[in-house]
Amino acid sequence: MLASLALPWPFDREYMQLALLAGVVVGGTAPLIGTFLVQKRLSLLGDGLGHLAFAGVAAGIAFDVWPVWTALIASVAGAVAIEWLRTRGHAAGDLALALFFYSGIAAGVVITGLAGSLDASTLRYLFGSILTVEASDALTIAILGAVVVAVVVVVWRALLAIVVDEEAARVAGFPVDGLNLLLAAMAAVTIVTGMRVVGLLLVAALMVLPVGAAQRVASSFRSTLVVASAIGAGSAVAGLAAARQWALAPGATIVLVAAGSFLATAVVAQVRR
Amino acid sequence: MTAPPPPPAATPAAATPAVVEVADVAFSYGVDEVLRGVSFAVADGEFVALAGPNGSGKSTLLRLLLGLLAPARGEITLLGAPPGRLAEPWRIGYVPQRTVVPEGLPATVTEVVAAGRLARRGWRRRLTRGDREAVEHAMESVAVADLSDRRLHELSGGQQQRVLIARALVTDPDLLILDEPVAGVDTESQALFRDALVHLGTEHGAAVLLVSHEFGAVAEDLDRVLVLRRGAIAFDGPPADLVASGVSLGVHAHDLPVWLEGGT
Repeated sequence: MLASLALPWPFDREYMQLALLAGVVVGGTAPLIGTFLVQKRLSLLGDGLGHLAFAGVAAGIAFDVWPVWTALIASVAGAVAIEWLRTRGHAAGDLALALFFYSGIAAGVVITGLAGSLDASTLRYLFGSILTVEASDALTIAILGAVVVAVVVVVWRALLAIVVDEEAARVAGFPVDGLNLLLAAMAAVTIVTGMRVVGLLLVAALMVLPVGAAQRVASSFRSTLVVASAIGAGSAVAGLAAARQWALAPGATIVLVAAGSFLATAVVAQVRR
Repeated sequence: MTAPPPPPAATPAAATPAVVEVADVAFSYGVDEVLRGVSFAVADGEFVALAGPNGSGKSTLLRLLLGLLAPARGEITLLGAPPGRLAEPWRIGYVPQRTVVPEGLPATVTEVVAAGRLARRGWRRRLTRGDREAVEHAMESVAVADLSDRRLHELSGGQQQRVLIARALVTDPDLLILDEPVAGVDTESQALFRDALVHLGTEHGAAVLLVSHEFGAVAEDLDRVLVLRRGAIAFDGPPADLVASGVSLGVHAHDLPVWLEGGT
């Protein structure tokens, strides 16, 4: 699909161009959802959903269904369930997360054990395998990324009203429960989008670390969204380049670059003060 | 206590529909009866304070009025509908205690006020030029327009409080409900806060219900004071009659309402 593109090193090869596309989409969209999760003190939601998605991936491999579908179903269902437990007061936010977090990974291990499929195909989803992304994967990632961007463009201001004060937003007539559910569902979609790029164990980092960096340097909420997205996409580009240069694990390198940008802005903010 | 005579120039209560009507409302947390048969009304354009010591049921009554709790008995209507059932919820402006805003939120003053305006525009819609003008106007009316690009959490407590008031005013509500708005707020902010409330009453004819045990700069502008005590209305009348009635507003039974003495 992109074979004829003449990009400079390190993106001169087709596999690197597909990786670049997937990495920029995931790096650019994950922080958009993460910005709201960070403000709602739900930074670890992505991690919990990632573990649930692992159960979905395991089921997909075991039953020979495309794992993206099963991961999407498991993580969206989990997101809805976590949101339900949280808002009904049946469990505190972090306790609800812990329940799904551990059940998800345990179910995934049990299913892979039963199917005898704990091999490279499973690990690819756990730790990411951005250099083996094919054109069909890249297309799926691009479509899911476009959905996330479209949703955020439409509802960011309403979600901001909820983040500022959930109770006042409810009184003012915002459909708070519906919008919270939408946000949780979009977090689940983001996790699935990112699982081939940085892996289910690390994808939540891309939702949160660029936001931590951006909110120290951005001047408004809107610019926090834009800057976080840019830092996420930039981390993907720099991480891929570094991974090719020094033969590093690309997904984890991308996350380390994002973590580095977080630390760098923390230092800059401290010095400025 | 003797019911105060209505002021001679006032419109008869029957002619103006009540903005807030609370009829024989009771509420319990388990066996703990917090409100026992509370009734009162707030008329169009009236400026009313609901006072009472801690534990009097004030906060519970506020949550009932906002539709965040449902009464066990009795009936509440705001602008003709039960709380939370109003077709145009933006007609009620709510100012929470400023402590609710998350620390470190990167949103600017303009963004917070504009998010409030979205309640009137509709959550999926884009703000129009008219909406942006309303945002500007609301910020000017509480003197935070010069802070418009600052992040909310960089501001002082009094400034944050005014931003939350601007956010509530920006929909041009018919009823404004404020929860402890002057607690811990500096005197300059209190004076600006007073100007904003008086402006809202005179220019827009909105009713204001202030839930607080201190009134600061607005004490002299109140039309009426309601005092809640142990889950029942202990006083309902103009502030000037409160001292004569012997009902105090303090946390302790014999505290005098300092704001009525003047001079502080």
